[in-house]
Amino acid sequence: MDEFQVVDRCLLVRLPEEVDHHKAGRISEKADWYIMKQDVEHVVFDFEDTRFMDSSGVGILMGRYKKISCFGGKVYILHADRQVKRILKLSGMDKIVEVVEEEKEWE
Amino acid sequence: MGMKNEMTLEFDAVSDNESFARVAVAAFASSLNPTLEEVADLKTAVSEAVTNAIIHGYENFYGYERQGEARPAYRPIHEGKVKIHCLLEGDVLQVEVSDRGKGIEDVEKAMEPLFTTRPELERSGMGFAFMEAFMDDLEVESSPGHGTCVRMVKKLGATPWLEGED
Repeated sequence: MDEFQVVDRCLLVRLPEEVDHHKAGRISEKADWYIMKQDVEHVVFDFEDTRFMDSSGVGILMGRYKKISCFGGKVYILHADRQVKRILKLSGMDKIVEVVEEEKEWE
Repeated sequence: MGMKNEMTLEFDAVSDNESFARVAVAAFASSLNPTLEEVADLKTAVSEAVTNAIIHGYENFYGYERQGEARPAYRPIHEGKVKIHCLLEGDVLQVEVSDRGKGIEDVEKAMEPLFTTRPELERSGMGFAFMEAFMDDLEVESSPGHGTCVRMVKKLGATPWLEGED
């Protein structure tokens, strides 16, 4: 599975269909492993497959943001659907992460 | 109108059941023809309440504890059940999520956005804020040592789609 991929010091995380507390622990742990071991500068979360997210998902983003921002890194959000965007807005996350609207170059 | 329908669900307080719980409630409410947005709101609110019961009520982290890396075995950390009671009356759904866990000492404090007793779990402290935002009404009753009951109400199927609410 390549849900996690490091390209040009960017960690790409492809999130599952449902991002809840049950899934969050493993995602956070794995992302942190890459951040620590693979010299990651920015983290990109891809919500392409995601149809559900609750506050545990916000916790994943917030936790990774805290880690990466110490070193000047950023957290980017790709392919967020309407519901994910509502949650990002409601939690204020949209102010600290970069929600990418159009297809930008990540390849 | 005047239609009444009721259901009760009880399951182990393990994170594996979070998905099942919110989908079951959404399916139960489907007779009211809720909009996609209402279904998403309902699922998020139920997920927050059930997760709180599991990780705060019973202090279970990821439901079944993993033991050993090569062949992980799973077992419940703390025993306990989460109960969901749903009542449909007319176009209003009431959902009660209750546990018999450790309860909340200070409900008002627990409901403050970003407040959390367990920052190490990284759940953002937004649980109650989301329940409040996504449902029409929220009441929390808790008795330390005995458990917590979260009662949420939402009117379904009649809300006009708000275009461009941002």
